[in-house]
Amino acid sequence: MENVEKEPLLSAKNIKLLTNPLGHDNPITVQVLGICSALAVTVKMKPALVMAISVTLVVALANLIIAMMRKSIPGRIRIIVQLVVIATLVIIVDQFLKAFAFDVSKQLSVFVGLIITNCILMGRLEAFAMANDPWPSFLDGLGNGAGYGLILVIVSFFRELLGSGTVMGYQVMEKIGFYKTGYEDNGMMILPPMALIVVGIIIWVQRSRNKSLIETR
Amino acid sequence: MENLLNIFVKSIFIDNMIFAYFLGMCSYLAVSKTVKTSMGLGIAVIFVLLITVPVNYLLEVYVLKKGALVWLSDSFATLDLSFLSFIMFIAIIASIVQLVEMFIEKFSPALYNSLGIFLPLIAVNCAILGAALFMQEREYSNIAEATAFGLGSGIGWLLAIVALAAIREKMRYSNVPAPLRGLGITFILTGLMGIAFMSFLGITL
Repeated sequence: MENVEKEPLLSAKNIKLLTNPLGHDNPITVQVLGICSALAVTVKMKPALVMAISVTLVVALANLIIAMMRKSIPGRIRIIVQLVVIATLVIIVDQFLKAFAFDVSKQLSVFVGLIITNCILMGRLEAFAMANDPWPSFLDGLGNGAGYGLILVIVSFFRELLGSGTVMGYQVMEKIGFYKTGYEDNGMMILPPMALIVVGIIIWVQRSRNKSLIETR
Repeated sequence: MENLLNIFVKSIFIDNMIFAYFLGMCSYLAVSKTVKTSMGLGIAVIFVLLITVPVNYLLEVYVLKKGALVWLSDSFATLDLSFLSFIMFIAIIASIVQLVEMFIEKFSPALYNSLGIFLPLIAVNCAILGAALFMQEREYSNIAEATAFGLGSGIGWLLAIVALAAIREKMRYSNVPAPLRGLGITFILTGLMGIAFMSFLGITL
């Protein structure tokens, strides 16, 4: 993180805001937010990374803007105000991707637009930014975006490695020489349902390591 | 007619909103605890999709697309407003959901009571905006095709959530490993259902 200048900016409480979503308060596996777009972009690592960065940017900036405006937003119309802020940020991200990373933008197709209805955004704005100062809200957004990105990268790493034998487009399996021993890529991993099963397994691993997260049905 | 039927069936089974694109997963996971409530949400989704997809289609064709404003004046022939589509679609969806809610409340209080809590939630359901964006990306040639797509997607969504809710109701009696309970097993279940739905691939009428 780039914010190391002043001490009070990164007090213990603020650091917690950044690191909690990476582990036991993860937006995907614990808060169940933002699954919609998370799974469809994880076939390859590159689009997953781009998606993770876009979402992190949008969450952090939307949290910052809403936290600054929170005292002047009337309660009854707050949802539409939040949607307008989010939609504007997403349009900026979308136009940026179209201009500088056109092929990735094509692969992500509608899922960039779907950041608008990503539950992480509304969830964090409602639960955090509406009740906190701009700086903690910004950190909370960064942390949650990073937690979301972490799951995306893990899922896409396994799907790309086992499904196409590459990592970030680099032929790993061929370099190691697995194919000569009769190994073949698992075509199942590229299909959409496997993303769900991989996330299910991640949840399983996380909860068996951290017993406090286990649900009592 | 055959073409419409084809789009309709395809959007229910093959391009299923949940199993193929994971749209609307948040409410899908949160509301699928009992069959009754999931049925209510499913019907509300069908209802909203049936209205918003054609309306957004008209918006796309007559306002947003490149050269769409020609009907207003010839000087707009090169104008391309498609970068505004996200904000326009979401505004249309939010206001239609609000309208539908008021309309149902006035004319059918019974339906309102059963759908009531779900309707406002639907404005931020990814499946609704997703359907609008897919409609834009796939460039349907007329409004009937767009409507068939909207209706089919809604029915596919209802099918998925009701099936999952039924399985989850039964699963209360089975012995799931503790760390998988709740969210974990639901993910794996949805994955398995998705694999089952893949067998519809390649069907055309």
